Amino acid sequence: MTNHSVAFTALGDPTRQLLLERLAKRPLPVGKLAVGLKVSRPAVSQHLKVLYDAGLVSVRQQGTRRIYQVDPKGIEAMRTYLDRFWDRALAALKAAAETEDDQ
Amino acid sequence: MSTGNTVAAIEPVRKHIVIEAPQERVFQTFTRDIDKWWPREHHIGTSPLACQELETTVGGRWYSVCEDGSECNVGKVLEWDPPKRVVLAWQLTAQWQYDPDLITEVEVTFTAEGPRTTRVDLEHRNLERFGVSAVELRNSIDSPSGWGLLLSNFAAVASAAEA
Repeated sequence: MTNHSVAFTALGDPTRQLLLERLAKRPLPVGKLAVGLKVSRPAVSQHLKVLYDAGLVSVRQQGTRRIYQVDPKGIEAMRTYLDRFWDRALAALKAAAETEDDQ
Repeated sequence: MSTGNTVAAIEPVRKHIVIEAPQERVFQTFTRDIDKWWPREHHIGTSPLACQELETTVGGRWYSVCEDGSECNVGKVLEWDPPKRVVLAWQLTAQWQYDPDLITEVEVTFTAEGPRTTRVDLEHRNLERFGVSAVELRNSIDSPSGWGLLLSNFAAVASAAEA
């Protein structure tokens, strides 16, 4: 196995995975995140700290509340890669289809 | 930030290209003959890519076959409307591991602009679903070796996942 990064380790926990799934839908404060979970609110805060330290979520202050959200930079990197990938792929598709047409 | 949908607002990747070939031909090339154009570096298997396969029906598998005979899933066919439209599920995470629970959609439409001219529009959407796994990707890109290192690690990651 390769080295596990901090982020990978941070995800090796069902509660943290669930928290991230909820945050992927929309940014939430701790109170809302904890609804329906079997763990206490302080435990949720602790899990969020692990996710934050791993760079998986970011946080902003809104009045007295701290709003958590998935850090979108990783997704943007993936999007950039796919943007280039499909450019190459479609250019290759064009070459293949037009070559075939000559047969 | 005023909206509550920061992550959900990730824009799809949208591309188009005009190809000098009939609509039916272009559709066939994209689907049945995917092996003829699929970029070779995009490979997750344990040995060199032998071919790329797409089963041409709804629910059909989309997968790679390696030279050693092993197969790696890429995704599946979600919608099948030849020769006009196909929707594929891209189910590779940002670490290029197949995840049956991850579905990002690739919709491709083929529009006849003339008897021998076809416009291809491609949209790869639901990118926010890469979410968590994309962070790992960012870390790889930010490293000195960037994508090169990531690509060279595909085999190790894939074999670990298959084990």
